[in-house]
Amino acid sequence: MEPDGEKGADWGAKRGQAYLRIEGATKRFDDTLAVDDVSLAIAEREIFALLGSSGCGKSTLLRMLAGLETPDAGRIVLDGEDLAAVPAHRRPTNMMFQSYALFPHMTVEANVAFGLWQERPRLTRAEVEARVAEMLELVQMQRYARRKPHELSGGQQQRVALARSLAKEPKLLLLDEPLAALDKKIRQRTQLELVNLIERVGVTCILVTHDQEEAMTMAGRIGVMSEGRLLQVGTPGEIYETPTCRFTAEFIGETNLFRGRVEGGALACEDFPAAILLPPDAALAEGDEVWVSVRPERVRLSRAGAASSHAPDGAGCNAASGEVADIAYLGSHSVYHVRLANGRIVIASVPSVHWGDAPPPTWGDAVRVAWFAPDGVVLTR
Amino acid sequence: MKRQSFFLARGRFWVGMLPWAWMLLFFALPFALILKVSLSTPELAIPPYVPPFVMEPGAVLPHLRPDLASYRRLHDELLALGTSGADLQYLSAWGNSLLLAALTTLLCLLIGYPFAYHIARSREAARNTLLMLVMLPFWTSFLLRVYAWMVLLDSSELGLVNRLLLAAGLVDAPLQLLYNAGAVLVGMVYSYLPFMVLPLYANLVKLDQRLLEAAADLGARPWTTFLRVTLPLSRRGIVAGSMLVFIPAVGEFVIPDLLGGGDVLMIGRKIWDDFGPNQDWPMAAAVAVTMVLVLIAPIVLLHRHGRNAEEEQ
Amino acid sequence: MSARSRPGATAWLLAVYVFLYVPILCLIVFSFTAGEITTQFDGFSLRWYAELARDAELIDAVLLSLRVGALAATAAVVVGTAAAFVLARFGRYPGSAAFAGMTTAPMVMPEVVIGLSLVLLFTHPLFAFLGGRGVAAIWAAHTTLCTAYVTVLVQSRLREMDRSLEEAALDLGCPPFKVFFVITVPVIAPALMAGWLLAFTLSMDDFVLAAMLSDPGSTTLPVLVFARLHHGLKPEINALATVIVAVVSLAVVVANRAMLSAQRTRAAALRHAAGISPGSVSAVTLSHPDMRR
Repeated sequence: MEPDGEKGADWGAKRGQAYLRIEGATKRFDDTLAVDDVSLAIAEREIFALLGSSGCGKSTLLRMLAGLETPDAGRIVLDGEDLAAVPAHRRPTNMMFQSYALFPHMTVEANVAFGLWQERPRLTRAEVEARVAEMLELVQMQRYARRKPHELSGGQQQRVALARSLAKEPKLLLLDEPLAALDKKIRQRTQLELVNLIERVGVTCILVTHDQEEAMTMAGRIGVMSEGRLLQVGTPGEIYETPTCRFTAEFIGETNLFRGRVEGGALACEDFPAAILLPPDAALAEGDEVWVSVRPERVRLSRAGAASSHAPDGAGCNAASGEVADIAYLGSHSVYHVRLANGRIVIASVPSVHWGDAPPPTWGDAVRVAWFAPDGVVLTR
Repeated sequence: MKRQSFFLARGRFWVGMLPWAWMLLFFALPFALILKVSLSTPELAIPPYVPPFVMEPGAVLPHLRPDLASYRRLHDELLALGTSGADLQYLSAWGNSLLLAALTTLLCLLIGYPFAYHIARSREAARNTLLMLVMLPFWTSFLLRVYAWMVLLDSSELGLVNRLLLAAGLVDAPLQLLYNAGAVLVGMVYSYLPFMVLPLYANLVKLDQRLLEAAADLGARPWTTFLRVTLPLSRRGIVAGSMLVFIPAVGEFVIPDLLGGGDVLMIGRKIWDDFGPNQDWPMAAAVAVTMVLVLIAPIVLLHRHGRNAEEEQ
Repeated sequence: MSARSRPGATAWLLAVYVFLYVPILCLIVFSFTAGEITTQFDGFSLRWYAELARDAELIDAVLLSLRVGALAATAAVVVGTAAAFVLARFGRYPGSAAFAGMTTAPMVMPEVVIGLSLVLLFTHPLFAFLGGRGVAAIWAAHTTLCTAYVTVLVQSRLREMDRSLEEAALDLGCPPFKVFFVITVPVIAPALMAGWLLAFTLSMDDFVLAAMLSDPGSTTLPVLVFARLHHGLKPEINALATVIVAVVSLAVVVANRAMLSAQRTRAAALRHAAGISPGSVSAVTLSHPDMRR
């Protein structure tokens, strides 16, 4: 299969700034393909996220960039230099490891200085000390310079790890699940802090995460990976609004997927009481087997029989009636699970303010779900 | 957090009594006896010493008559150090013991560290087997393993090593391989190697691979990574293994007796001789006391490292 | 970074294993000689094994060693388990540090010192009731030495044991005494087994303590072997070594198998326990995006 999202993959190149270029990178472990023919171009100063569930190959790809794994095939070119033959310790890349890999027997200072002492020609003690001080100031850890890693909180350790990987001014910063080891509350705050810091330093950055929220918050572009393949590359908006395959549609956020066959310009679907109207720009042939993905917030929910602007009807609209099977109240919005007459569940996300003063529908109430045809996304794979 | 044992107070008492009583009777009390006997006078009797205190009938306190002769002997040897012709049998035995124990420890470390390191870095499925192969000789008879070296190092033309050397034409006459310090050293390294490998392996196998990768990522060459990350992080394993070899090696008696012959007098052997053929129990006890004193530092070191390792987990 | 990719590593491992095993292999090979000399192979024969089987003195020593080993190992497991409980569960009390030192010290004291101290105890007129030197003294000495090892093994197992198991049993109305036998002992059973085996081999192998504490009627196998080594080498000792190596190897292989199958049974039980409500498990798996593959 061709990696889709050509648009995304070329994004950096189109701006004429392909700083990092990965071409056909492949890695096989025993009999599994961990990374399967991945190509990618990344611009200077870009923050790029590789997103996927565990075992999808994203970490292996990152480790190839660091030189910790050797690709079986493919090229990695950074700033015009082919990295294939460069061992890890000579690469102009630095990595922030998952759970940080801070040296437990060294102080914060010594950890940050470690990479600097490896520079050839050697730096003087004064130069190293100045650089360490600068880095610690950058991450606001000056006060903890003499502490050992185990005397720091998780958030502090993360900052030291960042300082250590930035100290050598790498051409490429690699972040492996940068915030997975932190509590949820701290994580959300740290995401933006980290982005601001990386942008201030101006380093090109690739981060790997399984957390879509983290990827969407931090990265300018996201590459979705599954089973070693890069499925789609694009901005967070592109990936969410116009997924190009079922995996992306289901992995990023929630969605309603309807499977069927194209008949007379609409989708004949066993799950849905009527033929599903397709978005007008969909270029499909009669008889094609495709899926339609509809995001829950695109699904309009109304009480059965009620007429309102939010309960569209008629032309260009798919609608069905059912009853409320489940409600998850989430504060700003509620997620309704509506069971259609044929048993199929349709998920609708409704803003809490939508119901105004009227009581929202509750379990067992008869309701109607509907969406405008252009709100569906046709997926061919 | 108060998470008291579920035993009732009385049950607890009896559970505690058994090991306490056992250890007091068979460990603490015998040690007190060593101290006492070391202050006694040897005598042809059963047991062969006169105790350093006696209870006179009707007296409240025992009558003390400590005999410091055994300690004075050791002290005199220490003073006579450097004097030519002085009889320094205890001091030289001590010197031999410490030197051989130190050399054994060093050799075990030099052989055992790369060995343990490579086992810890081998495939997970293979590790257990490799480790078991280290332990297997350890579970067979210690005496017979020493005996194997008597056979190998036999100094006649029938000794296996000598036969190999003669056959290869490397020597013209059989070498005197047995009954010298070298033979003792080989035997000790052979016998104690597992004591070094096991704690080192336990330490190295826990070493976080990502730390090594992080060092490489930060530009450290493999050798730098080893010196600055692997070695310092395995310090506890090194100390534990070294102490586990050094401590019993200092007191070793069987190996110098079988492989060293009469030439290599070690302090464990002196205790044995004073206790056995010489029937000088006070002297044996006094030497034992000095041995405990000498070994307290390494024992405390070992203990502290063991506890720290536990707390780290 | 693995040994697979580095010939140096493989060579080092191989060299050390050769160092460890060549002496033993030599012993085994020459046990089958027909001649009188331990270093010269004069044709294959089982002569020395026959001699071994006829050697009444040696067989007596083996039987005594087995008896002392079994008794000492059993006693060491009892005393050591109690000691481990005191160390792991009684917290701090006056004398707890002294107790901790006392239980583990025999492990690190040179055997000569322990042996001497126990001889002084058993020959002391005040402690004549202990029976003086002899089999009982050797048993007590071995028990003391082995207790230290058992204590360490059981203690670490107790520390990693999930205390809530015992608390759940208590909560369900099981009396403390019963909890120990129904819950605690089965959970720490592998450590008790390992402790017993270790203690048994230590006792079987000990020469120094046994030699110092033996009287003419109590010659254990190592004491006898040591005496014979001083009287000149005979291939009979090679035959003995071969038998011991064979028995130990067999025991190790069997124990390893048993341990592996126990682990598999445990894993199967865990899987079974996790599968009790497959519906709920799969629902959770499916609804959680991170767990979808």
